Amino acid sequence: MTQLIIRFIVGGLFVSAFALIGSMLKPKSFAGLFGAAPSVALATLALTISKNGTPYAAIEARSMVAGAAALLIYSVVVLLLLKRTRMHTLAATSSALAVWLGVAIALWWGFLK
Amino acid sequence: MNTFGIKFHFGALKTTSWWEHAIRFVFGGAITVIAGLLAKKYGPAFGGLFLAFPAIFPASATMLERHERMEKEEKGVNPGNRGCNAAALDARGAAMGSLALMIFAIFVWLLLPGTSAWMIVGAGALWLVAAAAFWAMRKYRRRICAIFMPAKQAKSSALL
Repeated sequence: MTQLIIRFIVGGLFVSAFALIGSMLKPKSFAGLFGAAPSVALATLALTISKNGTPYAAIEARSMVAGAAALLIYSVVVLLLLKRTRMHTLAATSSALAVWLGVAIALWWGFLK
Repeated sequence: MNTFGIKFHFGALKTTSWWEHAIRFVFGGAITVIAGLLAKKYGPAFGGLFLAFPAIFPASATMLERHERMEKEEKGVNPGNRGCNAAALDARGAAMGSLALMIFAIFVWLLLPGTSAWMIVGAGALWLVAAAAFWAMRKYRRRICAIFMPAKQAKSSALL
């Protein structure tokens, strides 16, 4: 339980810090880069290395390549939904999470399983 | 910081309310816990996918749209599609950031075994440099095309 609480606090702090930097930056297209910052990755990898060692963390990083490819497709889908359909941002970003999940699992199934 | 027109706007801190910070903190904490639990149950190859989960993006883009709309309404201007356009710009930035995130992940995957754990700090710096480079390449694509292509081709590539 203590491990989970530490994980929650470290992850929350990393994500909040990157989000804060992103919100202060202009222009908006540059600030948007921070929407794909390695915040969860840095928090998770730091904790994983300390607990399970570097070879275990390297396996996670290999799968992260597929996760990042899914994030690229997710971002493009959100961009198209917002530009073409003028959908509400919360609806577009939330519904496209299914795209991220689908692409990530498909890549894992096809190449990493 | 004003290189390439990049600026720090500290006033943004005042417009962000405590609950917006709280939402980001809870989302970030929750997805880090979920990634750890999935890795424990299904192995690191599956849990690793969630290291690139869009944890910040939905909340940040929604807040950006809200701020943009409120700013225009306070000035008495019809916000129109301003909020939606700002969120779309954010999504374009995230697309370039995710390309840099792929480079980050490949770097860690290949170099982490056999090196110090501190290399992930270097990988974080590499992400920032790569993301900024992709952004600058897009911003100055016309000038770049003009250098490498004849005038006629540069004109047509500028339309892309």
